[in-house]
Amino acid sequence: MIASLNKKALIIATLVSALVIAMVFYGSRELQNFDPALIGYLFGTVFAFFGVVYRYSVWLQRPPTWMYFKRTWQFFFKGKVFAHLLFFGKEFVQNIGFQKFIYPRGRTRWIGHFLMAIGCTLAFAITFPLTFGWIHFTMNAETSLNPESIRMYEAHFFGFKIFEFKLGSFIAFLTFHALNWCSWLVIIGVLIFMRRRLTQAGLIATQTFEGDLLPLILLLAISITGLGLSYDYEFMKGMAYDFMAVTHAVTVIMFLIWIPFGKFFHIIQRPAQIGAHIYKREGMKRGMATCPHTGKEFATQLHIDDLKIVTKELGFDFRLEDGSSHLDLSPEGKRSRLAMAHLKARQENGGKLFG
Amino acid sequence: MPETNYQTNQEFFVDMQRCIGCKACEMACAECETNGHDSMIHVNYVDRAVTIQTTVQVCMHCDDPVCANVCPADAISKDEFGVVHTANTARCIGCSNCVMACPFGVPKKNEAYDLMMKCNMCYDRTSAGKKPMCATVCPTQALFYGTREEIARMRPNSSPVNNFIFGNEKVSTKVNIMMPKGTTVLRVD
Ligand code: SF4
Ligand code: SF4
Repeated sequence: MIASLNKKALIIATLVSALVIAMVFYGSRELQNFDPALIGYLFGTVFAFFGVVYRYSVWLQRPPTWMYFKRTWQFFFKGKVFAHLLFFGKEFVQNIGFQKFIYPRGRTRWIGHFLMAIGCTLAFAITFPLTFGWIHFTMNAETSLNPESIRMYEAHFFGFKIFEFKLGSFIAFLTFHALNWCSWLVIIGVLIFMRRRLTQAGLIATQTFEGDLLPLILLLAISITGLGLSYDYEFMKGMAYDFMAVTHAVTVIMFLIWIPFGKFFHIIQRPAQIGAHIYKREGMKRGMATCPHTGKEFATQLHIDDLKIVTKELGFDFRLEDGSSHLDLSPEGKRSRLAMAHLKARQENGGKLFG
Repeated sequence: MPETNYQTNQEFFVDMQRCIGCKACEMACAECETNGHDSMIHVNYVDRAVTIQTTVQVCMHCDDPVCANVCPADAISKDEFGVVHTANTARCIGCSNCVMACPFGVPKKNEAYDLMMKCNMCYDRTSAGKKPMCATVCPTQALFYGTREEIARMRPNSSPVNNFIFGNEKVSTKVNIMMPKGTTVLRVD
């Protein structure tokens, strides 16, 4: 077990986890603002960080992944950094924020995914800092002592006061219920996806329970128990609160611990798509490759040259006798060359059609 | 994968000399539930300037698939039956590594989806014990799906070959190409 662990990744993941713990310590003003009730969540989050960084580091060491990673940063820092930053920003909003590439695959599919994505991201943005003790709320002491005044609530970030709002105001309502809104978004998204997964024959044939259905069930469980926590107080006088709190904690911690291993890792992988776009854009500036069979441009020369390196590192050797490579051919060229080789074999065998 | 009724005694046999370019397989492929309305099979003219011969190409389902090896996102996987599946939609970042590296020119990149898609041998059908769509409609049986005994009976002068040479690389596949009797390998270039 230990021997099969990846040393480099282990070191990076340990360092990052230590950094997270240090930031929790100092960000919560030496734990003054840390809420001990959230210790389980903190443990889950730190583990998730460790796992994610570990898997990401292992992943980066694969030759094709490393090639893209390396090239992306080379291009990024070479030349016009600001132009790249702009492109990156635009791509981030379009592809990570709005997942625009899912829309052509199906409108309902996009809506479902977008709702889940926005619900989860918002929830992460709220709960991580809360768990770390980076955000906390206090009652404004003056207003709470003075019975005449309107009670004010204060939100603090890293121990600094960020804003103040009236108790019972609209902002208070939005702030205190933010996680409920996230839950509703996720629930609607999950239901859309569950419907797809339970009714579409193609998906039914290829999906797995752990890989595709369990993540949806887990998201649903988190959202419902989460909603249960707040509605319990509002509508059920806090009955069964402990049960809700425990099931919510268990599902969330399961989710966190599972991020590095299962479907949710795609959230972490997705930004690589922007890297692939930068790679293509830069490659096009440098020139296209022409297929020796079709005579047409089909990919960037950079891509073909890099693929020769990557396939070699992976143990494949497509070099031909004349010094060129099978990889110089476009996909159509490759298919045609196979058919031509087939014809040649037939000709060498008398030339007749064989049956 | 869920429970299946995959028939391990049935195999895919392709004979491109029989392809007449009718594109019935293309239409049929788009009926496959696993790729929706996008056709994955390739029919193209071999060398339009000198011949009207067309060729047909399905995924060969390689034993050690180059496509999966070069994928930076670990999006392509091979199952216990040797079927190499199309890109996992959540993972694929649309980089086209697989498209450019596959020695048979099989994967297709769908630009609008920013996703690679390829033949997964009609997994919705083959996993239920049925034949792939293309093989059921091909009028010349350039695409044939069945047992080795059936093909041996029907094509006494052919041998199924699943070893290919591309330069210095030897590739073996699950799908067979029909060659003149006695041939064991197809050298491409
Ligand atoms: S034929 Fe191409 S796409 Fe199919 S498994 Fe082999 S390398 Fe992958
Ligand atoms: S296009 Fe998708 S499946 Fe193909 S190599 Fe790139 S990430 Fe992998």
